[in-house]
Amino acid sequence: MRLSSRKPRKSLLPGDTALADSSPSRKDELVVEPGDHFYPLSIAAPGSMGRTGSWRIQRPVVDAEKCIGCYLCWLYCPDNTIIMREKAGPRGQDVASIDYEYCKGCGICANVCPVNAIEMVDESKFISQS
Amino acid sequence: MAFNIKALPKKNYIMPGNAACPGCPENIGLKFVSMALGEKATLVVPAGCTSVIQGLWPRQGTSMPVLNIVFAAAASAASGLSRALRIRGKDDIVVVWAGDGGTADIGLQALSGAAERGEDFIYICVDNEAYMNTGIQRSSLTPHGAWTTTTHRGNPGRKKPLPQIVAAHRVPYVATASIGYPWDFISKLKKAASIKGFKYIHLHAPCPVGWRFDPGLTVKIAQLAVETGAWILYEHENGKLKLNPPSNKLVDPSKRKPLEEYIKLQGRFRHLTDRDLEELKKEIEENWREITAILRAQGDL
Ligand SMILES: Cc1ncc(C[n+]2csc(CCOP(=O)(O)OP(=O)(O)O)c2C)c(N)n1
Ligand code: SF4
Ligand code: SF4
Ligand code: SF4
Repeated sequence: MRLSSRKPRKSLLPGDTALADSSPSRKDELVVEPGDHFYPLSIAAPGSMGRTGSWRIQRPVVDAEKCIGCYLCWLYCPDNTIIMREKAGPRGQDVASIDYEYCKGCGICANVCPVNAIEMVDESKFISQS
Repeated sequence: MAFNIKALPKKNYIMPGNAACPGCPENIGLKFVSMALGEKATLVVPAGCTSVIQGLWPRQGTSMPVLNIVFAAAASAASGLSRALRIRGKDDIVVVWAGDGGTADIGLQALSGAAERGEDFIYICVDNEAYMNTGIQRSSLTPHGAWTTTTHRGNPGRKKPLPQIVAAHRVPYVATASIGYPWDFISKLKKAASIKGFKYIHLHAPCPVGWRFDPGLTVKIAQLAVETGAWILYEHENGKLKLNPPSNKLVDPSKRKPLEEYIKLQGRFRHLTDRDLEELKKEIEENWREITAILRAQGDL
């Protein structure tokens, strides 16, 4: 077995070759070669516990008008699911947005926001939309 | 020193969608460790919630290099790792990331040995005040009166003064920190990384699952612990003690928020009798008295 940045011959996980690429630090592909022993090595990637967005019972919703781009929610979010969009706010300010694929709905962002720009809304309100 | 959030590194080392519960303080703490030390950090992790947070297969929940190790051996393994790195001329920073059970109970002899030998690594005790990963059993860092699954009527004991015990080894750096004060924690990590020898940081980490509070309140409760004086932010550098903000403004008890504000948000204290509350307050007062006595002896108060 080797870590290779060249074209892999065979992925450790069939159908999961995109896995290594989604890792910010390790672009290498784990390659299993004939005669290799099998080592259960993990690769850093989002979603080690699946799409944790499904854990949410409340969804944080950002009001871009109110957001002052202070980054506090970004600093404290335990799951790194706040993405700051630079200069994307209505007043040209940086603005917070949320990765709903993985956001677990803890509500920390809403509680640390100094201007109450994040509201926690029951997921049931979104069922008909999705 | 002004703290500029926007100057913090933007790279994510904590992978979204990992196994941590919503509102997990260990995820928050690990995030600050990675912000402070980045690529330079190699973690040594004994059993605990973080083993699961980063240790799943085939995807890993963090992108820091990790040595998973048995409970009693974290500080021994880190000693060997750090020595091997130095022999190879590498300046990587070895960081033990261990729970309160893994530190104050099961890992204490290895910790004491490494401190006494002056091994060159940072030991962080992430203190959520019970054995959380196995279902909230009491540890020697559980505070007086707290409910756990092994102390149904409240913990009869009191929290072990672990930072002081480590400081008594006369190591170059011992500090307390809190996940509610990232600027303080990050600057302490950077300072610890610049010092050679054994460094210990005791990180207060309120856990919504074990302490029975709303996961949105993790940061708020961490801050209340400090604002009420229940958790004190300080550092011992080369034997000299210093209080850090905001604890340095809280020596006078009248400046602190009432302890009840911290207690009432937590289900683990719901059954607390007035006597238990008094006991808890007495314990906190004693901690402050010890610290102020040292500060006075140093001529700093
Ligand atoms: C020698 C040994 N005893 C018991 C266990 C079971 N065990 C795994 S995690 C854990 C709890 C750890 O608690 P703590 O160190 O406080 O960390 P936390 O889970 O709170 O992060 C225990 C008891 C083990 N893995 N090894
Ligand atoms: S609800 Fe929690 S996980 Fe979701 S974005 Fe806010 S802080 Fe992050
Ligand atoms: S904490 Fe509030 S104001 Fe600050 S960036 Fe987040 S949403 Fe915007
Ligand atoms: S039990 Fe507490 S410390 Fe452990 S993963 Fe859950 S929130 Fe984090």
